[in-house]
Amino acid sequence: MAFEPVLLARVAKLNSGKLEGYRADGGYAVFEKVLKDKQPLEVTTQVKDSGLRGRGGAGFPTGLKWTFLPKDHPGPIYLCINADESEPCTYNNRILMEKDPHQVLEGIMLSSYAIRSQCAYYYIRYEYGDAYRSTQAAIDECYAAGLLGKNILGSGFNLDIYMHRGAGAYICGEETGLIESLEGKRAWPRIKPPFPAIEGAFRKPTIVNNVETMACVTQILRRGNDWFKSLGVPPDPKNPRDAGSYGPKLYTIAGHVNEPKCVELPMGITVRDLVEKHGGGVWKGRKAKSVNPGGLSMGFADCNLPLKGEDGKTEYDIPLDFNGPGKIGCLGLGTAAITVIDDQTSMVDVLHNVCQFFSHESCGQCTPCREGTGWMLKITDRLRRGQGRREDLDVLVDVADRIGIMPGTTICGLADGAGWPVKTAIRKFRREFEDAIQSGAKSVHSKSLQLVGAH
Amino acid sequence: MNALSEDLKNRIKAYLPRYPRKQAVVLPALHLVHDEMRTVSNEAIVEIAEILELHPSEVHDTMTFYEFFKHDGDKLGKTRLWVCRGLACMLRGGYELLEHCEHKLGVKCGETTSDGRITLEFAECIGACDGAPACLKDDVHVMNVTTAKADELLKQF
Repeated sequence: MAFEPVLLARVAKLNSGKLEGYRADGGYAVFEKVLKDKQPLEVTTQVKDSGLRGRGGAGFPTGLKWTFLPKDHPGPIYLCINADESEPCTYNNRILMEKDPHQVLEGIMLSSYAIRSQCAYYYIRYEYGDAYRSTQAAIDECYAAGLLGKNILGSGFNLDIYMHRGAGAYICGEETGLIESLEGKRAWPRIKPPFPAIEGAFRKPTIVNNVETMACVTQILRRGNDWFKSLGVPPDPKNPRDAGSYGPKLYTIAGHVNEPKCVELPMGITVRDLVEKHGGGVWKGRKAKSVNPGGLSMGFADCNLPLKGEDGKTEYDIPLDFNGPGKIGCLGLGTAAITVIDDQTSMVDVLHNVCQFFSHESCGQCTPCREGTGWMLKITDRLRRGQGRREDLDVLVDVADRIGIMPGTTICGLADGAGWPVKTAIRKFRREFEDAIQSGAKSVHSKSLQLVGAH
Repeated sequence: MNALSEDLKNRIKAYLPRYPRKQAVVLPALHLVHDEMRTVSNEAIVEIAEILELHPSEVHDTMTFYEFFKHDGDKLGKTRLWVCRGLACMLRGGYELLEHCEHKLGVKCGETTSDGRITLEFAECIGACDGAPACLKDDVHVMNVTTAKADELLKQF
């Protein structure tokens, strides 16, 4: 049986962003019911038991995060919605916010009720102007309908939701960077602990959740945990720390495919199926050489590299659940944004593009990241100009290995994400890089961009 | 000295009740000023700081972090056009599109045409990868921008 989209069920409808239509499709019924019949703790427990893991990239169990808040805190407690979606090649949150903002808002209301927050800050990247306007319009509708504000529907529960626009900085997607930015400071991530649940926005307990996570909360409360757990992949019995990969997931497909788009599927589809069945296949009749499974930070898969112990399968066949990409040395599922690179494309150019991004977006707080991402850009720029040196590949891997939380040299994970694509690309495509160095071939984009742009 | 109009000051102050601290209004205030005045002058920074009870250097510190706001002495054109150079766009012709726009407008990224019409910028991934190569016209996505479509777009501004 074909899977019927739930999170995206309404996006193609006319005026899908309007309250009237959302209500006609059963919207806010569960929020009203919860206000009447359930205690906040019951909502938290249900979300915890559903197995929902955060959709923003790290996959941390959502309900568990909520339980880290101090008990019986006098408040205020804040909810911050992370709509800074800036991981390259990722756009699933944008679709939700533009086309079905009320589904996200209902999740925010339910989550705020669960964590006893009376104020939610919806931090949205500046580049999402349409999403900002459709969400703000939806919030205005909710105030007018008495779904937001004081004493909502006579329940005694108060909630305000405020949109807060960013200003084009990737680091604001890191939860403590987001909080610093919200507070009006430079978005330098904080040293943890304390985690935001203990001391977050304005030094108060704060939960930071992703947009798609909020939409999942709406559907979990509406359809129940059995429904949620009927989709996706249960925990690996051999791994006691695995929390499973339950539920539907929005996958975005980008790059060299015929039909780049956002699709909703149960967790665990393979890259091959996603690209071939849902993305219209690789464009121009070519073959996939590499894919980036989950946003640039996650690294690269080699589509021709056989999987050990699995006959006839390659890295193109890994499942896209929380564990799949890790099995081939990628960092994780990340944002589940799949970017396909065809067999006519130089990995040198791809890696240079990646290094360009991280060098531009490193916030500059930690020296290893600020300098390391710059070095990696300089070296990959040399490579694409045909001036690579024999030792360059080892230097790149060495730098990539030394920057980040994992080696313990930086405050946040940006540098891990900057290093991972470098390590995986060079390990999996070393021959191609070596050939480029030996032949001195120049990039096809030879005229292109200065080393670092002017803005 | 009045860099900001009363109206603009009032719109900044309208944000104050949303947050427990005045400093949180720095970004909204910078956006309001930048949108209207196409730059954030040093005088404007001083007046924002006054409203928010901060030292001007604190406002300046936050502002310069983002590399988004035009400083004293620099000014945005009527329209700001960002061309995406993220991986998804690069794979589908984003670099060529950026070069094309630079050539067509006779400016480099970060510069404004001499008639003050357009400021051209490169952008890191703007999240419009289903329509790559893509641009951002102020804050609105323009998808699947061929060079022909770019020429049309540039004429409209």
